[in-house]
Amino acid sequence: MLLSGCQRVLDSAESLTRHVQEAVAPRRALSREYTEADLSPHFKSNGTHDPADPEYQALARNAFKDWRLELGGLVDRPMHLSLAELRAMPSVTQITRQDCVEGWSCIGKWTGVPLGALLAPLGVQSKARYVMFYCFDTVEGASESYYESIDIAEAAHPQTILAYAMNDQTLPIAYGAPLRLRLGNQLGYKMAKYLRGIELVESFTLIRGGSGGFYEDNGYEWYAGI
Amino acid sequence: MIYRHTLPVRIAHWVNVACLVILFTSGLGIFNAWPALYWGIRTQFNQPLLAMYATPGPSGQPQGVTEILGHSFDTTGWLGLSSAKNGAPVVRGFPRWTTLPRSLDLAHSRRWHFFFAWIFVINGVAYALYALIGKHLWRNLLPSGQQLRGIGRTVWDHLQLRFPKGDAARHYNVLQKLSYLVVVFGLGPLIVATGLAMSPWIDAAYPFLLDIFGGRQSARTIHFLAAFAFLAFLLVHVAMVLLSGFWNNLRSMITGWYRTE
Repeated sequence: MLLSGCQRVLDSAESLTRHVQEAVAPRRALSREYTEADLSPHFKSNGTHDPADPEYQALARNAFKDWRLELGGLVDRPMHLSLAELRAMPSVTQITRQDCVEGWSCIGKWTGVPLGALLAPLGVQSKARYVMFYCFDTVEGASESYYESIDIAEAAHPQTILAYAMNDQTLPIAYGAPLRLRLGNQLGYKMAKYLRGIELVESFTLIRGGSGGFYEDNGYEWYAGI
Repeated sequence: MIYRHTLPVRIAHWVNVACLVILFTSGLGIFNAWPALYWGIRTQFNQPLLAMYATPGPSGQPQGVTEILGHSFDTTGWLGLSSAKNGAPVVRGFPRWTTLPRSLDLAHSRRWHFFFAWIFVINGVAYALYALIGKHLWRNLLPSGQQLRGIGRTVWDHLQLRFPKGDAARHYNVLQKLSYLVVVFGLGPLIVATGLAMSPWIDAAYPFLLDIFGGRQSARTIHFLAAFAFLAFLLVHVAMVLLSGFWNNLRSMITGWYRTE
């Protein structure tokens, strides 16, 4: 009882930090883009390196030809997209830094579709506030698969992309094939790998652990800007 | 008896004590999630400035190793490998008794760290404003020309553990003044700025933070060094408090009143 009260007080710093950071740092500020010379010779693969899920394994064996990204929730026109369809869309390429909550940083080159452009044709309903990302991977020892969420403003950020290529190569399995989320200004655990579906929601309090993501359900901040 | 410390100074002092203890221990907890430091814009995993890890020792038993600038030291029991709650050896940077929480728990170390970072910043800004507006800075912190000229003498006296008495004890001596100025207006802002430079969100809006510290990994290393500079200050500070009249010093920082001889 005392402990959970104490925890709530400590947790209040997250919303203070988020609101102050939003006040002093514009949400559309672009994170620094680096050059080819800055690329990490060894980009650390974090979290799951090869999802054990049988459905995923079957898709991977066929080079993800049968994989479809499900897009639904609070949208007027739900759809599903193949990798070929995603690749046919206008793409962006960025060389950006990825900061892990553990403390290390790696720089990689990512190519993909801006999430904003992907969501536009769906007709996102006005009550939608968050974008949920559901994944094929399950962190070792966890009972449920990985998931994450960002808010609508973050989804519209120009550096928020769904990447299918890394360092000019097809996205390798260790880094989240066939498609992963990339954010400009949050920590690595927000950048869900091995995407299977995207859902627009009004609130995530009734989804799984209720905190908006796998690591969030395990005590980490939903707001990972610091 | 003289009234030595005003109420705002005393409050700021004790709030800061709590902040530094919690920030330091939770900071070590955060460090333990990836117990290595690097220089530059990104992590060069094979070129750490400092790394703590465990390797199999000669007899096959795991051994704690601390590597500093390419030199390795056996630090079993302290750094790299120490005891878990049940006494079994566990691979971790700093040992249990130094971190908050004691277990390897990055999520909760971060919660503690960011909450008390806010208290530290608010307290520090309030103190700095008080020092500037309330004349504390000019009256008590900036050394006089006479004090600066006598710095050699003061150092010599301190080395012999001879501390100011009588009238001279009414004010901070020149070493106190300089160290307080460095900590309050140098180390404090430095540790906050390097902390903010590790925030990807703040970096996006204020990229000059990356430039002045030479990148996020450099900022992380400077943040760590600044934390240990705070620890060094704290150890010397407490030693001086003990050596120059513990109860008198403690009372003056609680009630404000200091006894001069």
